Amino acid sequence: MENKDIPSKNVANSSYKVKHNKQPQHKHRLKKNMGNNYILYIFLLPAIILTIVFHYVPMYGTIIAFKDFSPIKGIWGSEWVGFEHFVSFLQSPNFLQILINTIKLSSFDLLIGFPIPIVLALMLNQLRRAKAKKNIQLILYAPHFISVVVISGMLFIFLSPTGPVNSLMTIFTDEPYSFMSDPDAFRSIYIWSGVWQGAGFASIIYVAALSNVDPQLHDAATMDGASLLQRIRHIDLPTLKPVMAVLFILAAGGIMAIGFEKAYLLQTSMNLPASEIISTYVYKRGLQAGDYSFATAVGLFNAVINVILLFTVNYVVKKLNDGEGLV
Amino acid sequence: MNSLMNNSRKDRMLLLINKVLLIFIILITLVPLLYVLLGSFLQPDILLTQGFSLNPDHWTVDGYTRIFADGSIMRGFFNSILYATCFTILSVSIAILAGYSLSVDNLALKKPIMFFFLFTMFFSGGLIPTYLVVRSLGLLDTMWAVILPGALSVWNIILARTYFKGLPKELKEAARIDGASDFMIFLKIIVPLSKPIIFVLALYAFIGQWNAYFEAMIYLEDQSKYPLQLILRSILIQSEVNPGMISDQLAMAEMQRVSEMIKYSSIVLASLPLLVMYPFFQKYFEKGVMVGSLK
Repeated sequence: MENKDIPSKNVANSSYKVKHNKQPQHKHRLKKNMGNNYILYIFLLPAIILTIVFHYVPMYGTIIAFKDFSPIKGIWGSEWVGFEHFVSFLQSPNFLQILINTIKLSSFDLLIGFPIPIVLALMLNQLRRAKAKKNIQLILYAPHFISVVVISGMLFIFLSPTGPVNSLMTIFTDEPYSFMSDPDAFRSIYIWSGVWQGAGFASIIYVAALSNVDPQLHDAATMDGASLLQRIRHIDLPTLKPVMAVLFILAAGGIMAIGFEKAYLLQTSMNLPASEIISTYVYKRGLQAGDYSFATAVGLFNAVINVILLFTVNYVVKKLNDGEGLV
Repeated sequence: MNSLMNNSRKDRMLLLINKVLLIFIILITLVPLLYVLLGSFLQPDILLTQGFSLNPDHWTVDGYTRIFADGSIMRGFFNSILYATCFTILSVSIAILAGYSLSVDNLALKKPIMFFFLFTMFFSGGLIPTYLVVRSLGLLDTMWAVILPGALSVWNIILARTYFKGLPKELKEAARIDGASDFMIFLKIIVPLSKPIIFVLALYAFIGQWNAYFEAMIYLEDQSKYPLQLILRSILIQSEVNPGMISDQLAMAEMQRVSEMIKYSSIVLASLPLLVMYPFFQKYFEKGVMVGSLK
């Protein structure tokens, strides 16, 4: 017993010593690491400064959502009003309409815009000649490089009552149809022009994933009597599944963050009942009407929903996709 | 065997339908673009009623001459080149530097710094607080308001970091044994090796800035500082043709026709540079998307 005790005591002793030494050594190493790598921290500095100035300071600035901000008094000097702005937004007569418009526009955009690039990639994947595939892809990318202002301008030109679409339609109807002033047409115009512009470019990633499939897999399946559709279902689609999952989370998580730029350009005073969404409302109330605190509250409301949505979608997709999610 | 034959016949049908559909999709993609291009040379009312014309009287470069004569579009064009170039240099440098630092394995505090950046992807202060920051910095109505707020892209930092992580470690170790400092390693070894990623990031940054209008719209007052997209917006969306473009006394109908032509030709002028150039960079766009997909 005694014999065993002595070495164990020694071990305890020595381990104590090691522990005792470890703390300062670890600190020393951290310091030495930062000293040796100081240039790397200098490299990080511009990014950190910009992040603080243009992201974290504005995050701090969102407290004006709970205040009655006046530019003269500044952020701190302005009076606290608690949730007053949130309540007045929730109670305002157009709250429900704007919220529904936002959700409808972006979820329809997702439901239509998400699968089309996948279908397109599957279609392109059937082409045997690599050269032809490349050239077709090149053509389909083109609209992606056109600005949102130009796209919107083209829509106004094409869809105007005296435009080419209406002149084609007069074959079937007498009255020209005023697309841009009909609230019912707004979402279709927004979404389908988005498909026209983005589907080709969005399919790049799926086409690349499909080109990694071993052609022998398809040959073997054909030998076993699998039809084209069966091969797509059992070989191609499973290949695309991980990419689809990640992109879907990103897209669905951004539902409430639907872009300001195109919606604002396509707005006319007539189609506002469908085209007014949260981001355009924030811009008008905040920067055009100068209602800073109220607009910040609306924006914050939007941002919070967005974060919740992102994590919910991530959670659901993770469950459905064998534990593979984004975060 | 019979079903196999059936299958292959059905498959061939499907492949044929597939080809027809793809041709249809290509047409849908191209026709609007060609229509605008044609409309900028062929008088729009002729284009509308006849579709095409061989009569040389119907062809004109009026839209273009008026654009060049007026100058506001050309000024916007050069403003856009300036903004996009500065933005590209700034945002790519920032992303490359930060991405490289974060790719170094033994960098202390790497995790918290990464979290510091990533958090901004999920939550942002929003339009108004950002506007107030830009205003309080005195950047309103300057080029910097257009460039700085968006210059930092966390996504680009992640892309750069992913790329740097893929470079062979032996190169750096060999240089270190030779006594090179971190800075020299970055300058002499890493930068020359990272031309592809620099190019990809620069392409995306330039195109993004060239096509943007939002920052310019909210931060710029002075029309002479407007980038091209903002000038286009007033012509295309607000249908405000600068009176300078239609200076001569024109009849109402003629005026409408001319302003229509200006719309077409300004679209062509604004979009052509990118549409002509992108096919040469196809490889890089695809590379950019693929680097991103690796996370």
